[in-house]
This record gives sequence, structure tokens and C-alpha cells, in this order.
Amino acid sequence: MLLISCPHCGPRCESEFANGGEAHIERPKDPETLSDADWAEFVFFRDNPKGLVLERWNHAQGCRRWFNAARDSVTYEILAVYPMGSPPPALDPKRYV
Amino acid sequence: MIETYLRQNALAHLGLEGREPSSDAAVRLHEKSLPTAVNLRGEKDDPTFLEAVNGALGLGLPVEPNTAAQNETLAILWLGPNEWLLVRHDVSPEAEAQLSASLRDALGDIHSAVTEVGESLVCIHISGPRAADVIAKGCPLDLHPSAFGGAGHCAQSHLSKTAITLHQLSNEDEGGPDYDLYTRRSFADYLWRWLSDAAREYSGG
Repeated sequence: MLLISCPHCGPRCESEFANGGEAHIERPKDPETLSDADWAEFVFFRDNPKGLVLERWNHAQGCRRWFNAARDSVTYEILAVYPMGSPPPALDPKRYV
Repeated sequence: MIETYLRQNALAHLGLEGREPSSDAAVRLHEKSLPTAVNLRGEKDDPTFLEAVNGALGLGLPVEPNTAAQNETLAILWLGPNEWLLVRHDVSPEAEAQLSASLRDALGDIHSAVTEVGESLVCIHISGPRAADVIAKGCPLDLHPSAFGGAGHCAQSHLSKTAITLHQLSNEDEGGPDYDLYTRRSFADYLWRWLSDAAREYSGG
């Protein structure tokens, strides 16, 4: 079980949170010019790195606020939490490959 | 003429009156009367908002995370960085409308939201020396005084599969601990039965 630090409520159990998938995916600025392949890329394709992942989390059973978290997908260690809309903090994650 | 709306407790169908546990029981459960509850949202960094609310309520909004403010009639629970739950335990059906009206009057055009939510909630009061053990069976919060902070602290979490707001009212050395446990009205029956079952092993019988 992960202990996730909600930026508002402090450290809480993973079961209070909902994962919102990969963070920092920007909606296309000019959607009408997009090809089907570009749309598929935006809608369906996600990175699956070994090591650092940047994710959105929602404290669904707590304060119900969204935030971003940087997590190591191998050790499950939460490396940082930071507000929505902010760029990820400078991190020095472990490299596995 | 429309018949006067009957306010009924969420657990009225269980017939709990007259079944209060003895005062020396290890865990005591009881449903408080339908709470008067108002959800308040606004910017805690806006001094005009804080001033208006504090003036209308006569009680300062708790801006520290996971804390509650309380006087004889009103409790204010911190729910989030810009969200609070105001609760009173009086039976007057008009109390909720009066509370929200006084807040709306005081807030005027200040960016905020006042929502009456009392009838969506149930308040189960749980007390006794093993109360924390019963809650801990289904709730990931660490209720030990060194972690939870004791009386005057509150948190939203889940108990079994039910979303709850937990408010600790007193500490162990003050005759407690005792907690007010709020959940959605539709979960009241489930949660009551879950709590009764979880507390059974401490009943001594």
C-alpha cells in the first residue's frame, strides 16, 4: 500500500486516491488540422517508462482536489507532489535502462 | 395545502430509541438527530471572506488542514483548502435555512458558495475506550493521538467502503475518545450495521 502525500491533507493511504493517468498531456491547440494518427496519439497512446512517471492523482475520498505526482514505476516511490498546472520539479530519478 | 415535510432521521427505521448502550460499554454508537449542515466554499486568502464568515458565525474558520473549530452550538470542519462543513445538532428544521441565510447576507458579492447539505448526511456518534479500534478496522487513518492530533481534528477518508468525515470530539484522558462520524444518508444503514458488527467483539458477551 502506498502512502501518498496529498498537498492539502498530508500523507494518506493509497485507497483514498484515484489515479488520473499520465500528466502533462496537452489538448491539441488546432484540432481541425489533426490527422487520425495524431488524434490516436493524443487520445490513446501513453508512455510506459521504467523509472520516472509523472501522473495526475485525485484525493477522491479526502479533499477531492487534483494534484500531480512523480513516481518511480519500479519501486513505487513517490518522488514529488506538485500542483496541477505546474511544470514538474527538477528530479534526479534512478535509471534502469 | 402541502403537508408539512417530515424530517426523519436516516436510521429511524431501525427503532434505536430506548436501545442506548450502557455508559460503561467499550463502544457506544448512537445516531445524532438529523444534522443542520452547510457546505461553505471560498478563498481563505481573501481577508474580506474570512471577516464576513467569522462575523456571521462568531467562530473563526479553521484554515489549518484537518482541524475543526467548535463552540457550544456550531462545529466547523475543514474539508479542503477552500471548503468547510458547518454543522449544528439542533432539531429545528429552520436552523439550516437561517444559518445559510445569515452567511449569504454576510458574504454578499464576495466570491463564495453556501450550500445546505444537512438532509444528505447522517451523523453517527461513536464513543468509548475501544471506539478508535472499531473505526481502525475499516479506515486507513492512523487514529493514534500522535498521528491524528486528537480532539478538534477532523479528516475525510473511507470506512469500509463508505466515504466518511470523521471529527474527534474528545481525547482518551477526557473520558473519550469520542467521534462524530458523518456519511451520506444512503450509506447510513450499511455503515450502522458494519459498525455494530465491528464492535461486537468488544461487547463482552
